[in-house]
Amino acid sequence: MGENIRLSVKGILSHKLRSFLTMLGIIVGIAAIIAVVSTIKGTNEQIKNNLIGDGTNTVTVTLNNNGYPMDLQYETLPGAMPALDESVRQELAAVPKVENVSFIHTREYCDSLFYRNNSLSGCRVYGIDGHYFETAGLQIMAGSGFSEKDLAEGRNIAIVDETAVNSGFAGENPVGKTLDIQGEPFTVVGVCGKKSQFEPVIETEQDYYMYMDMRSGSVYIPSASWPVAFQYDEPYTVVIKAASTDDMTTVGRKAESILNGYLTFPAGTGIQYKSNDLAEAASQIQQLSASTNTLLIGIACISLLVGGIGVMNIMLVSVTERTREIGLKKALGAKKRQIRGQFLTEAVILSGLGGVIGIVVGIVLAKVVSVVALIPVAISTPAIIIAVLFSMAIGIIFGLAPSIQASNLNPIDALRYE
Amino acid sequence: MLLELENINKTYMNGKLEVPVLFDINLQVEKGEYLAIMGPSGSGKSTLMNIIGCLDVPTSGNYYLEGTKIAGKSDDELCRIRNKTIGFVFQNFNLMPRESALENVALPLLYAGVPRKERLERAAEALEKMGLGDRMNHNPTQLSGGQKQRVAIARAMVGNPALLLADEPTGALDSASGRQVMEIFDRLNAEGVTIIMITHEKEIAACAKKQMFIRDGRLSGGEME
Repeated sequence: MGENIRLSVKGILSHKLRSFLTMLGIIVGIAAIIAVVSTIKGTNEQIKNNLIGDGTNTVTVTLNNNGYPMDLQYETLPGAMPALDESVRQELAAVPKVENVSFIHTREYCDSLFYRNNSLSGCRVYGIDGHYFETAGLQIMAGSGFSEKDLAEGRNIAIVDETAVNSGFAGENPVGKTLDIQGEPFTVVGVCGKKSQFEPVIETEQDYYMYMDMRSGSVYIPSASWPVAFQYDEPYTVVIKAASTDDMTTVGRKAESILNGYLTFPAGTGIQYKSNDLAEAASQIQQLSASTNTLLIGIACISLLVGGIGVMNIMLVSVTERTREIGLKKALGAKKRQIRGQFLTEAVILSGLGGVIGIVVGIVLAKVVSVVALIPVAISTPAIIIAVLFSMAIGIIFGLAPSIQASNLNPIDALRYE
Repeated sequence: MLLELENINKTYMNGKLEVPVLFDINLQVEKGEYLAIMGPSGSGKSTLMNIIGCLDVPTSGNYYLEGTKIAGKSDDELCRIRNKTIGFVFQNFNLMPRESALENVALPLLYAGVPRKERLERAAEALEKMGLGDRMNHNPTQLSGGQKQRVAIARAMVGNPALLLADEPTGALDSASGRQVMEIFDRLNAEGVTIIMITHEKEIAACAKKQMFIRDGRLSGGEME
């Protein structure tokens, strides 16, 4: 084996240009696959982490009416909402992969939200509990947060986020100012912001709305103060922080079923808790990008096939060129297996080397793509390992026929060959 | 008795035409013999050589090498026999052009399964015996014809075979180098190596202890003409 490798490397080096041209097909094929796979992986990870996980992996479980979010601005409940108290919160927090749970009130739209005469109508109002900031990955940037006492007693105070500051306060410091929510005065005590910043990928219209939704401002008031501005007995929206983006779907499903177990509405109303399955929506986006890229990988595979045929061709030439050498080796006692091994090793090294060079070229290509086209790139280690093994397999598959041909040469004919 | 040929016939098929090459060859070679087989081209001497060297099998007849019947052996078994028992020397040397003299000589030991370190040591020893101790790392292209043939002899002898088969060993050499090769053969024969040599040069054949003639596929012993 060592001798075969030594001879192969020597043979490849003695025909540098020829070896390189032979490897070129493999190099192009592997490089294309690595570049495409890295780009797919990068895009998917970005969609997953930034758009879906939002960096915080939160799942929102809302009360839905026949598949659409229940909005008490326009709808009324057919019966009393069950109380979701601390024991339910604990039950949800005990679900595996759940890191934190928060109960909040919120409405899609709030058209009566003013600072002086300035409407903050694009903003969303949240009535939050003490777990919300932790769960949603928010932190106080200026002023103060809600104390336990604030939350329990339901004082008329509010926290606004930076977007709301920009849209509603025109550069003024909002702390200490009074907001008008549904005609009730709320004093702003703090400004909050996201713990981590991110720039999502926007590839589709859907992405855009998802992004804009997140970009609209938010106003937070204690959950206990919610009835002051809105109404009593408003259903909770449950926000859950999952351990990782991959856990979001399962955690969401589990939370749905637990929460639905508490609902006491008459049968047939179609009102149920539903987790906002962004992960599922995202997987569709990912599948879409993957399917176009599958085509690219297919084309790259054809290049690999052509590369393999190139290896086979050059090995056949090599066998013919070295007929006398093969004859001599057989005369000196080389068994068929040993002759076969020599040529097979050479083919595998040739294509394996092509594979390694292809990986390097592919990584460089992927980096260039990420810089030029601003697409994120994640180099996939399994893809690299598979690429090397695959190119070696090509060497074996396409080197087999030439090496068998070599091993079957008759030593007399081979020695006589001019 | 090192080898024995009994009624060996060899017929080649040329398309549908049968071309008989060897007729009823009987030959016995004792250990330590030094035999020259002479014959004009087309006489069948190369075919006989190939059969003795286990590179070819006879159409009929029996061939025993070191008491082993050669007929019916598989390709790989023939390979092992060639590797262990026979050393080949060719007219045109048949050295691997890109390998050093040392690697060339070590090659048969590779197929005998000797580890690399020992291979190279034994190859170096064999080359030194041929007076090429200072040429070990030269490629064949850097060697003269006589040196190349001595490398080839070192390669043939490195596995200590019982039989040295030489096919026109001086055919491509000037007479001085040819004489050197003959001196080496004499020495090897004196050390107990059995040598069978094919040649058409009378002076070279005269170096052997015994001469035989092959003509039209028939072997005849006896004196020089």
